[in-house]
Amino acid sequence: MNEYLYDFPLLRQADDKGRRIAYLDNAATTQKPQAVLDAVAAYYKTSNANPHRGAYDLSVEATKSLESAREKIRAFIGAKKAEDVVFTKSATESLNLVAQSYGMSSLAPGDRIAVAISEHHSNLVPWQIAARARQADITYLYTDEAGRIPSAELKSKISGRTKLVAVAHASNVTGVINSIEAVIERARTVGAVVVVDGTQSVPHMEVDVSALDADFYVFSAHKMLGPMGVGVLYGKEHLLQEMPPFLYGGDMIEYVEEQESTFAPLPQKFEGGTQNVGGAVGLAAAIDYLDRAGMRKIQALERELTAYLLDRLHSVPHLRIIGPDGIEDRIGVVSFVLKDAHPHDVATILNADRIAVRSGRHCAQPFLHHLGVQSTCRASVYLYNTKEDIDRLAESLKGVRRWLVHGIG
Amino acid sequence: MELGDLYTEIVTQYSCSQRHRHPLEHPDVTMRGVNPSCGDDISLALEVEGGIIKKAAISGSGCAISEASAAIMADMIEGKSTEEADRLAELFLGMIRKTVTDENELEELEDALALQNISNMPARVKCAVLAWHTLQGALKKLETSPQGTVG
Repeated sequence: MNEYLYDFPLLRQADDKGRRIAYLDNAATTQKPQAVLDAVAAYYKTSNANPHRGAYDLSVEATKSLESAREKIRAFIGAKKAEDVVFTKSATESLNLVAQSYGMSSLAPGDRIAVAISEHHSNLVPWQIAARARQADITYLYTDEAGRIPSAELKSKISGRTKLVAVAHASNVTGVINSIEAVIERARTVGAVVVVDGTQSVPHMEVDVSALDADFYVFSAHKMLGPMGVGVLYGKEHLLQEMPPFLYGGDMIEYVEEQESTFAPLPQKFEGGTQNVGGAVGLAAAIDYLDRAGMRKIQALERELTAYLLDRLHSVPHLRIIGPDGIEDRIGVVSFVLKDAHPHDVATILNADRIAVRSGRHCAQPFLHHLGVQSTCRASVYLYNTKEDIDRLAESLKGVRRWLVHGIG
Repeated sequence: MELGDLYTEIVTQYSCSQRHRHPLEHPDVTMRGVNPSCGDDISLALEVEGGIIKKAAISGSGCAISEASAAIMADMIEGKSTEEADRLAELFLGMIRKTVTDENELEELEDALALQNISNMPARVKCAVLAWHTLQGALKKLETSPQGTVG
């Protein structure tokens, strides 16, 4: 029995046939431990008010809840100041904020944005929009067959005209961990700013944004045991200072007169509208949970699960892994296709055995096109998964073709 | 619902069928249909003569459900008038949406009845309806463009 599984009510539940769910779609969202559910409920039961507003004690308490969550995030990712941590509603919103605010105010016609072909649409489409508006160009960092960006690609594509580089720390399709250190080192030589999508990395490995020297780094609460509806943007202070606000309105202003306004200092400048304090409290509880388990221990545990997953997938006839086949420099996200079986059918058939995997294009259409596949199945693990979950996946996969192709087992 | 109610022999046989998987030399209309999230991406080409669908061809790729649905549809609409094809598409969509439940009325759908169970599988509905929506799009395109200028 996995020592964490017991903490997750949803994963403990058995259906009418006595089966637990084999939840292997952690790259999409993760399940929540009781501690997170309790923290969110406790906030609404005892501390709920609009932060930064009222003079009464309860509002002060809500403000404290939000700000202590911010401090917890700061420490977790190694940011220097809590002011450099901005709350958003999702990693997608964080990236849109950077593209709309930093991108639109700093890009000039003829500038170049280097985007990894492996990016999720959320770190790609906002750059297309900003590039079009500012008459800048997008140039792609293409990966090799396994989904890794060769260092020669960094050298040739990140050049004097490049003003911004957008790249994920870890891929949501192949699980590849990109060498952010190498990307940033190259970007520094040409003076480009680097935007890192850490949505798939922060939940699964130790990340220190200061040591990395990332300019912007974004991630999402719900992929790291926290609630949905909370995203984080880390930015270097001097960049955030120079950027115009993103959403205008309540909570982000200083003085508002009839014709003009001045804006609140960081981080409130970027936090227009009432924040999701309950969600931030839930994220803080998720970080506590991850800290108690220990990120290094989690990484080691997932490495073992991923090795087992790859091993078991190799035993399934007609199965091809999309992305790296080995265990080095990757997270526990594994894409695969089964010959003569469309991923959507595969996922439906696995579902009948109460196994949850993602099928489709994973919000990364240009990447799948580059890899030459129309869609894939994707299994992704987290600390609460067991070898039994993976055994069930492998066994069920062996029966898939029987449903779809006559006479083939 | 059980997998056997979904991946029936009719569905799996049609999904492997090559009957309509060939390019048309002179299509009067072609229409692409895409399910962006799951990756089904098909193209429907029609040859229409005097208001009658002479040939229907499917290209592209999709899951077993969408391919079976497309193959059944192509079989069914060949030889029928465009109005008739449009009516059958409405009937099929009605079956999946459960707005048409009268068995006598649905009988007209013949082999497409094999997909009726999809109406109980919300995650797969869009696979089943892709070809039929594409057909309706193609017919609309045909109607709004003078003959011979679309394709």
